[in-house]
Amino acid sequence: MSQTARPTSPHLGIYRWRVNMWQSVLHRLTGLFLCLGALLLAWGLIAAATGAEAWNAFAGFCASGIGFALLILWTWALLFHLCNGIQHLFRDTGMGYDAAQRDHSRTPSYFATGWIVIVASVALTALVWICLFVRASGGAA
Amino acid sequence: MSAIGENTLRTPLKNVRGLGSALSGVRHWWLQRLTAVALLPLSLWFLWLCAGLAHADYVTVRAAIAQPVHSVLLVALVVSLFWHGALGLQVVIEDYIHTRWQEVALQIAVRFGAFLAAVACIFAIARIAIG
Repeated sequence: MSQTARPTSPHLGIYRWRVNMWQSVLHRLTGLFLCLGALLLAWGLIAAATGAEAWNAFAGFCASGIGFALLILWTWALLFHLCNGIQHLFRDTGMGYDAAQRDHSRTPSYFATGWIVIVASVALTALVWICLFVRASGGAA
Repeated sequence: MSAIGENTLRTPLKNVRGLGSALSGVRHWWLQRLTAVALLPLSLWFLWLCAGLAHADYVTVRAAIAQPVHSVLLVALVVSLFWHGALGLQVVIEDYIHTRWQEVALQIAVRFGAFLAAVACIFAIARIAIG
């Protein structure tokens, strides 16, 4: 298969890093990671349909150290992708692109929403897992 | 591509078909947004469902999946999730895999994989709900 060496535009290396670049990179990385999470969902559903033994194998993986760490990471990946996705949907309507909103020296709302997305995703992940821990340690149910 | 001349039976329409938007150019963009909007409530509901079943045993989990509302929402989640994921992976492959045969092979694998996984999930849900 022949390769055409086309000229390429300058990439990440030449730009000063700002929060929207982190959002873009993280959106894609969390998206890829969530595709693996979708396979975990498939495993869980198929295991539940197969039988108690298959389900226990799945539940055992989720309760293991690696499974536990992955579940926390998946929770954050989902909530980040969701929060950032909401910002994407708003920007799709043309919101937030005015000159004043892009100008970091004046009204940095274009960048502020990016920080809100990142902080909210971490805070919501913490909230979910703190609730789970409190319930697990507090009561039997 | 052949030039449009007097020595051809092809009409100009035949020559441009499949090369431009023809109102289908936004299909990928639109479906990505449509599945994203569907996934907003569905994924939050799924997170809530999972949190409720965190320490549940096998029988409890099956009973939860078998509840009609849960079964229906799970199928909706699975369809929009694997669709959205396949659309996203398609763009990632287009962006980073520049060897043509590898790109085509991966695109086919992603489509088939996502479809198979979604069908398997729906079958599993149906089996628990009906069986």
